[in-house]
Amino acid sequence: MASKIVVGYDGSTSARSALDFALNVARAQGGSIVVAHVLEWSPYSFLSAEELAERHKRRSEELERAEQALIKPLLKDMETSGVDVTAEVKYGNIAEVLVKIAKSENADLIVIGRTGHSALSSRLFGSVAGTLAQAAPVPVTIVP
Amino acid sequence: MGTFTKSATLAVPGLLAASGPLMAQSIDQQVNELFASSTGWFVNFIFSPFPGTSFPWIVAWLVIAATIFTLYFGLIQFRAFPHSIALVKGDYSDPNDAGEVSHFQALATALSGTVGLGNIAGVAVAVSIGGPGATFWMILAGLMGMASKFTECTLGVKYRNEYDDGTVSGGPMYYMTKGFAARGLPGGKFLAVMFAIFCILGAFGGGNMFQANQAHAQLTNVLGDYPGWITGIVFATIVFAVIVGGLKSIARVTEKVVPFMGVLYVLTALVILAMNADKIGWAFGQIFDGAFTGLGVAGGMVGALIQGFKRAAFSNEAGVGSAAIAHSAVRTKEPITEGFVSLLEPFIDTVVICTMTALVIIITGQLIADPETGLYLLNESGSAIQTVDGNSGVALTSAAFSSAFGWFRYVLAVAVILFAFSTMISWSYYGLKAWTFLFGEGKTTELIFKLIFCFFVVVGAAASLGPVIDFSDAAIFAMAVVNIVALYFLMPIVKAELNSYLARLKSGEIQKFQ
Repeated sequence: MASKIVVGYDGSTSARSALDFALNVARAQGGSIVVAHVLEWSPYSFLSAEELAERHKRRSEELERAEQALIKPLLKDMETSGVDVTAEVKYGNIAEVLVKIAKSENADLIVIGRTGHSALSSRLFGSVAGTLAQAAPVPVTIVP
Repeated sequence: MGTFTKSATLAVPGLLAASGPLMAQSIDQQVNELFASSTGWFVNFIFSPFPGTSFPWIVAWLVIAATIFTLYFGLIQFRAFPHSIALVKGDYSDPNDAGEVSHFQALATALSGTVGLGNIAGVAVAVSIGGPGATFWMILAGLMGMASKFTECTLGVKYRNEYDDGTVSGGPMYYMTKGFAARGLPGGKFLAVMFAIFCILGAFGGGNMFQANQAHAQLTNVLGDYPGWITGIVFATIVFAVIVGGLKSIARVTEKVVPFMGVLYVLTALVILAMNADKIGWAFGQIFDGAFTGLGVAGGMVGALIQGFKRAAFSNEAGVGSAAIAHSAVRTKEPITEGFVSLLEPFIDTVVICTMTALVIIITGQLIADPETGLYLLNESGSAIQTVDGNSGVALTSAAFSSAFGWFRYVLAVAVILFAFSTMISWSYYGLKAWTFLFGEGKTTELIFKLIFCFFVVVGAAASLGPVIDFSDAAIFAMAVVNIVALYFLMPIVKAELNSYLARLKSGEIQKFQ
């Protein structure tokens, strides 16, 4: 069975652990991986008039930076892994976007790294893992 | 109008023991006299009445425009209202465009530029001069103004400039030049230059001096009297740090706190109304009676009407053209959607928030009426209604809210300062866009504008309310004169956009994403 795995990736060490875990699963099952990098964004945040005017420019810059600094080196790194790895860069709420990608790609598994936030900050700001546990359409693996 | 203002020049010893009250008084007075004498002619021209009447032509100009847009677009403000809400909620936003400016963000930013002292101090001025009846005309002007806003913001998006680096510049200057050229009409450039000049004056007036002035009035209300130029210098320094020093953190904090202050303000007003629920019927009675009889105010029904329309226009800026600058940053394939979203602005600003302020002032009994005749008593000069303790402007609103909750004066003081500040930041941007349209983009030209802007903060805080509010109104209405002329010529373009969009919405070509 060829499985498809969505990996939430932000360049941190735990995200890298999550990716390594997913690579092992994919190799064992002959599956593929979608690396998802999500830029945190809410359409209901408040911006000043100047920020509004510059938003499109900033967005292009942010996407470019993510592509150059994060995704390109990673994909190059993955060429030798023997697994088919693609990448997506999206804006939005991290958990919601991961769920959306899992649905649109017909994935079988979502893998994310543990953030290591305290219980308090997770409670205040919500955690990606917590939201995924409630909303994910497929099994979720959290890698420490 | 200056008569209902507490003079800001009675320095309190102790706050200013070292420099001396006398010197402070003379600085404030000199600023005031110089300012009043140099702007008087402009104010007189804008507010000159029709011959043989006391009805200013500018008020008729705004009302007629709003009526024409309302009729021309077939009561668009009511027809499109549900669709506007769906757009703001993001129902029609493509998820792949996430990260771009959303309809909600454009609306919130435009609102934080308009929700401000107009809603707090301006309304107090309207009901103290025009009586409760002014509220009726204010609400009517707010409802009609929705159509003006719809027209200008659609054009703002349609004819904005998009630069290679991805930034945008939009607003009346651009739809005047590009829209007129598209229709093959002459004079677009001339209108654009006129508009830009008035926009700069408006940025110095209503967007700056009026804000500084009322922020100072609110501070003296809480801290006791001290000279205005001190507030002015403090404010100017902070504004300078943000717009020249690029201290974005202050602007960002303000942008986030202002909406919460707005919500808190409305909620408090609702609580006060609930506490006086038995008087709400009476208050609306006063509003309706006053709207058609004046209930004894100077100028009668016409006086109430003029005040209502003036303050509504000043508060929601419909037809003025300023919002078109803020809204033009949205990236949308359909310019008309931004028009739909923007029509919520006068509704929230005037029909909801301004009405709350007026109701609280009326219900808490701030306006003194003759118990026998039911008519309102006028002050010594006969220009405004007598109020409890002789309050006016923001002090009147403060007194009304504090009569229910004593602590609210402090909340209001913070709110007024934040509103004033966010309005100044927004208008510094509008003014700058007009300035660069005239003089070209460039670090030096921009710096010159920003320095002049900061200078006027000090002037505004030091001058007394009368001349400042006159000049602010005059500059903002001068923008409306030019802008509305352009809107008349360009409204067929908006109509074509509207018909095309509504047809595609009906046929199902435009669909919700969620």
